[in-house]
Amino acid sequence: MTTGTITTPTTGTTGTLTVAAAGVATTVQDLGRTGLAHLGVPTAGPADRRSFTLANRLVGNPENTPALEMTLGGLELTLSTARYAAVTGAPAPVTVNGVRVPDPTLVHLPAGARLAIGRPWAGCRTYLAVCGGVEATRVLGSASRDSLTGLGPPPLAAGTVLGLGPARPVPGVPVELAFSAVPVDGAVTARFRWGPRDDLFDAADRQRLTATTWRISAQTDRVGARLTGPPLAIGSVHLPSEGTVRGAIQIPPSGEPIVFLSDHPVTGGYPVIGVVTDTDIDLVGQTLPGDELRLVPAR
Amino acid sequence: MTGAAAGGARLRRAGDRGWLVECPGHRPAELALAIRAASWAAELREVVPAATTVLVVAEHAAAMERLAGRLTRLLDAAAVGDGGDGIRSGPRAAARTVVIPVRYDGADLDAVAARAGLTRAEAVRRHTGGRHTVAFFGFAPGFAYLDGLPEPLRLPRLDSPRARVPAGVVAIAGNQTVVYPGGTPGGWHQIGVTTTRLWDVDATPPNRLAIGDRVVFEAVGP
Repeated sequence: MTTGTITTPTTGTTGTLTVAAAGVATTVQDLGRTGLAHLGVPTAGPADRRSFTLANRLVGNPENTPALEMTLGGLELTLSTARYAAVTGAPAPVTVNGVRVPDPTLVHLPAGARLAIGRPWAGCRTYLAVCGGVEATRVLGSASRDSLTGLGPPPLAAGTVLGLGPARPVPGVPVELAFSAVPVDGAVTARFRWGPRDDLFDAADRQRLTATTWRISAQTDRVGARLTGPPLAIGSVHLPSEGTVRGAIQIPPSGEPIVFLSDHPVTGGYPVIGVVTDTDIDLVGQTLPGDELRLVPAR
Repeated sequence: MTGAAAGGARLRRAGDRGWLVECPGHRPAELALAIRAASWAAELREVVPAATTVLVVAEHAAAMERLAGRLTRLLDAAAVGDGGDGIRSGPRAAARTVVIPVRYDGADLDAVAARAGLTRAEAVRRHTGGRHTVAFFGFAPGFAYLDGLPEPLRLPRLDSPRARVPAGVVAIAGNQTVVYPGGTPGGWHQIGVTTTRLWDVDATPPNRLAIGDRVVFEAVGP
């Protein structure tokens, strides 16, 4: 797709956002589709929810306001009207009209200025919230793009035009409150709770899960982070499909764990040995292929 | 981390906000309806019945212990069938019967009939005569697992799934039937097609079928 999607601005819209370059993978997200898992609908939403909600708070938006999630940066865009914007999550070089913004957490964008967000130094997912939010078609109540099912607005492309919601007062959150955690040295420790199927695993497998320094594999996306390392020995287990949650550490017959992220399927048939905590799953959502991950039981 | 409840049911911890309820002796669909009907259901984010379990996800992690107590009491009441807020006496969504006309000309129908030792017409008759019930949704939006496939038609899934199955294809595997919502791969045996759309993201609600509904398949066309 080369032309992008044009969302017709609705009444009350006071501007537009035009994409010049979309980067590797940039999508519209809000906090996702909740309450529909029993119909087979994944939640979707940002891979790093904390950074996403922070971006919205910085520009005075309600936390669930649609904003942009980019993977490995590469986004360039202009606004038709002057607005505040916030950049959070994986820290990346940000320029306005080619001039480097020293602290991009809260940026004022003049009308027509070109905002460019480069490749992050650490982590992989950077968030851009614009004051007033971007407008996108809601599917089943949410503007989130779900990569598993294709629900929600298509990924951004060069030429995509999105409407902007009406500007609102920017609260001036102190910048020192604005930092969000990303795995700066490529090594992440994620806490997890045992269960629901930890009792299917023997002591050696449980020990291997926590003793191993896992590596994030190249087959990692918004559905799940695949880990490589010495495999657990459990092998194939017959388990009827059951509901799964974000953060679930699923062990397929290969013995190498998959940690479910935002676009995970609502049911799964492989045993889940543990679930990464709500806090630390955001960190896993920032990992890149090759990063190291240690899983430690939550106290 | 697990806890025992009445009747062999167990609560298994599923993260900061989740309990996976194992409920031998109960149909997960009915247990899910009872949980949704409870006065405290507003504290829940998701209630996801599957083959033998119900996943319950709370809005707030702080409510997990209280939620465990409530689930345990609900299961206890169900086990003795008392007049409390148990499963047998709890309010239930009226089970509906949904008729789905099917043109039985699927690519796998002949192979299914042969493996079942039936003629093609007999295979169709067995399928239309089955007591099909919506057990749960999973795999993809609107993918409803319908229990109740009659015995001679029960087969394991295809060795190799088809890459993309269009909306409306009626297919069987194990003791279940599915009407594909469209746009997914599929490893089930395709026996027919229906023009009835059971899943429409633009409709409210998007699902024409609800858990617990009866489904009657009706043979139509050439």
